Amino acid sequence: MNSDDASLLRDPPRSAPSPPARLSRRAFLTASVTAGGGLLLTLHLPAAARAAGAPAGRPASAEINPFISIAPDGIVTIMAKNPEIGQGMKTTLPMLIAEELDVEWKNVRAKQAMLDPIYGPQFAGGSVGTPLNWIPMQQVGAAGRQMLIEAAARTWNVPLAECDAAKGLVRHRPSGRALPYGTLARKAAALTPPELDSVTLKNPRDYTIIGKFTGGVDSARVLDGDRLFGIDVIVPEMSYAVYEKAPVFGGRVVRANIEEIRALPGVRAAFIARGSAPDAAIEMGLVDGVAIVADRWWDAEKARRKLRVEWTAQHRPRQSTQAFEQEAARLMQGAAHSILRRDGDVDAALARAAKVLKASYSYPFLAHATLEPQNCTAHAKPDGSVEIWAPTQNPGAGARLVARTLGIDPGKVKVHMTRAGGGFGRRLQSDFMVEAAMIAQRTGRAVKLLWDRTQDFHHDAYRPAGFHAFTAGLAASGKPVAFRDHFVTFAQNGRVASSANLPRDHFPAGYVPSLEFSQSLIQLDVPTGPMRNPGGNALAFAFESFIDELAHAGGLDPLALRLDLYGPPRVLPTPPSQGGLRIPPFDTGRVRGVLELVARKSGWSRRTALPAGTGMGLAFYYSHFGYVAEVVKASVNPDGTPRVHKIWAAVDIGRQIVNPAGAYNQVQGAVLDGLGQALHLLITVENGRIVQGNFDTYHLLRMDEAPPVEVHFLLSDNEPTGLGEPALPPVLPALCNALFAATGTRIRSLPINRLHSHGTTT
Amino acid sequence: MRYTIRVNGRRRVVESDADTPLLWVLRDDLRLTGTKFGCGIAYCGACTVHLDGVPARACVTPISAVGTAAIVTIEGIGRSEWGRRVKSAWLDLDVMQCGYCQAGQVMSATALLAKNPRPTDADIDEAMSNNICRCCTYTRIRAAIKRAAGLPAGDTREADHE
Repeated sequence: MNSDDASLLRDPPRSAPSPPARLSRRAFLTASVTAGGGLLLTLHLPAAARAAGAPAGRPASAEINPFISIAPDGIVTIMAKNPEIGQGMKTTLPMLIAEELDVEWKNVRAKQAMLDPIYGPQFAGGSVGTPLNWIPMQQVGAAGRQMLIEAAARTWNVPLAECDAAKGLVRHRPSGRALPYGTLARKAAALTPPELDSVTLKNPRDYTIIGKFTGGVDSARVLDGDRLFGIDVIVPEMSYAVYEKAPVFGGRVVRANIEEIRALPGVRAAFIARGSAPDAAIEMGLVDGVAIVADRWWDAEKARRKLRVEWTAQHRPRQSTQAFEQEAARLMQGAAHSILRRDGDVDAALARAAKVLKASYSYPFLAHATLEPQNCTAHAKPDGSVEIWAPTQNPGAGARLVARTLGIDPGKVKVHMTRAGGGFGRRLQSDFMVEAAMIAQRTGRAVKLLWDRTQDFHHDAYRPAGFHAFTAGLAASGKPVAFRDHFVTFAQNGRVASSANLPRDHFPAGYVPSLEFSQSLIQLDVPTGPMRNPGGNALAFAFESFIDELAHAGGLDPLALRLDLYGPPRVLPTPPSQGGLRIPPFDTGRVRGVLELVARKSGWSRRTALPAGTGMGLAFYYSHFGYVAEVVKASVNPDGTPRVHKIWAAVDIGRQIVNPAGAYNQVQGAVLDGLGQALHLLITVENGRIVQGNFDTYHLLRMDEAPPVEVHFLLSDNEPTGLGEPALPPVLPALCNALFAATGTRIRSLPINRLHSHGTTT
Repeated sequence: MRYTIRVNGRRRVVESDADTPLLWVLRDDLRLTGTKFGCGIAYCGACTVHLDGVPARACVTPISAVGTAAIVTIEGIGRSEWGRRVKSAWLDLDVMQCGYCQAGQVMSATALLAKNPRPTDADIDEAMSNNICRCCTYTRIRAAIKRAAGLPAGDTREADHE
């Protein structure tokens, strides 16, 4: 197995807290009466969990957490503690609480929490929202239900055991009497909440909310055009800001035509700002730039286009995609810089092998390209505090970066999490937050910073490119007996760049007797970072395509080879918990389950009956605790571009799909996201800068290229896990494997349509 | 320059340079922030509004070019029968993920159905391919358009390929 499931743990959120999978015994609830006479349940987390999550220095007296409140009219307000980036957590987490509280969903209001240590970890990343919160949120709801029942029993002076609750009502079974939660709330507020670990959770058969198709809590407001996103924030007396940075990463301002800019219509301020540290560009901190503040964003943007800045570091010829490719080819000829893993004797096994295969694979840098460009609103106040409204996946890290860079007390940074127009890992970084806060502080006002699309493309933490030189030996039976990957990747500051590593237990490590993973490094001055399924979004293409090559070379069905390699169903030894999160053991039976399911649903065994020129490809990938197998059916258009007919996905994320509405959407979206990457997406580095600057050169998938995606969940008896990421990786190799089946041409470099889509650079 | 424009049935007077895109007049002057900024070059469709019922990219439409055209934005689209049906289908099928592109998607879908109440899959491809959804909710967008039109949900393109 591989451990890159835990991208959260291997990569940012850089300041990822250590979240407990269950609330510690030291976490407890208290109850109080709301101003309106309702019940307020407050969750108290142990100090250790708090300390990791958010800015230090908050006064202890502020640690009140209105997690659930029940008003006298029966309306239940549940705080959604994590950011909403389209992954559906603002709907999912309240569903978990509401289910065990036993209220009707139509009476539930989800409210976005602010960044506050009382909520514990608050972030969106690593597909851990469900596994981390599945049990604790249900416990919070069940504790509330128990208190309401107790309040009713006391009111009627009857034994607790004679009372039951459902749909926001407590009933006394013998007498048939009933009281609504809203009426009981005040009385319940006087009770001592039960120990969280003592509450009994429902039998899943009795679920009325979990497992039901539940639309997003804010969807109607989005379609009404309400102000929900970061870019929509309006605060009184607000100005608009742009921030121009060096096109070459790490470039510093030598001079700029500031006086000329200041004189332009609508411009209120223009100034040169200095970066916080030499490596701030790589670390996604505050870098050198020119800020322009104006009455309207368009005025600021027009002024920016008249800006003339002289930058240092204009030419970096070695920092280019072409140079990287040449360097990788050279490194692959020689001995690797380091050995990551060595099992058995690969050279001896290759010498004995009936057949030896060699192939090189490569994939490009990619940008996140969230459709909502990076933006942030910040208000610097006379008392030195800064209030921030940000579409962020990682508000705690953002607050700490702002405090550190601006030299202010972390307790004086207040962060509102807005809805984010896509995340995909981009908003784990906090560069846009520190820029807005700096401009607000320098000008002493409220500013909304908004990047234009080209700035967004030119200042990302890119998915790193990579190069793999594979060698494998097959036995006469066709089964692999030797496997070698010489991985050429990138280094920054003497370490492997963010999200550019090869986990030493990546498949097929552990399943081929003689195996070697080695690594060589190229120096990179371009920032990299996690993008939806970091590692997996690149490695799956290379490894699962080469496995397909081995199957064909050995005369084996690619499905049969995978089933054979993973072997009989068994649970491998449980890995140690990482960062406080219990890592579920790897189960080869679950691999087999999804492989067989996707084969059955797609008609894999009948693929030879497809018309000539149409083929099916298969791939499997385990990541983020999810087991996903996908089949692509494809042919080739007359112009040579792929034509994808249909995609099947079989997914095992445990026994319960919390919200089918979100779950099917996440799988279909992830599959099509991966399809677009495989077909079109490419970021090119030239002379230290990024070439692509907008959607005319970065071809995100569109409606006419989106095939039907048929999704099947395999409900295995395991704890539910997350779904934002695991369905993405398999589609890339499955598509390439389908094209090989259709045409006999093997794709070893992405994107497939490189020549068609990107014949020239702009 | 002073411009008098008609937005969602209301007369609005704005003071603006002639080259200011309609998008920024809507968002920053009129505070109608439902129309979104995505690319600024008419490639993503997030800023789609209707000018006299025809989908237009507000990010490249200068205010000086709007003239007397009736502007409808996501804030006003629900007042038309097709707009109401499209929004309702979007909610029934829980189309959105992040939701950022969906105002533009709804505007394009509404314009399509108003012109062509029984679109084929090919018609949907043509009308909707100017709108990027970064979350790739295309499967549900297609299904929601058909639901709003009262058409069967299935995607017929796969059969066409065989």
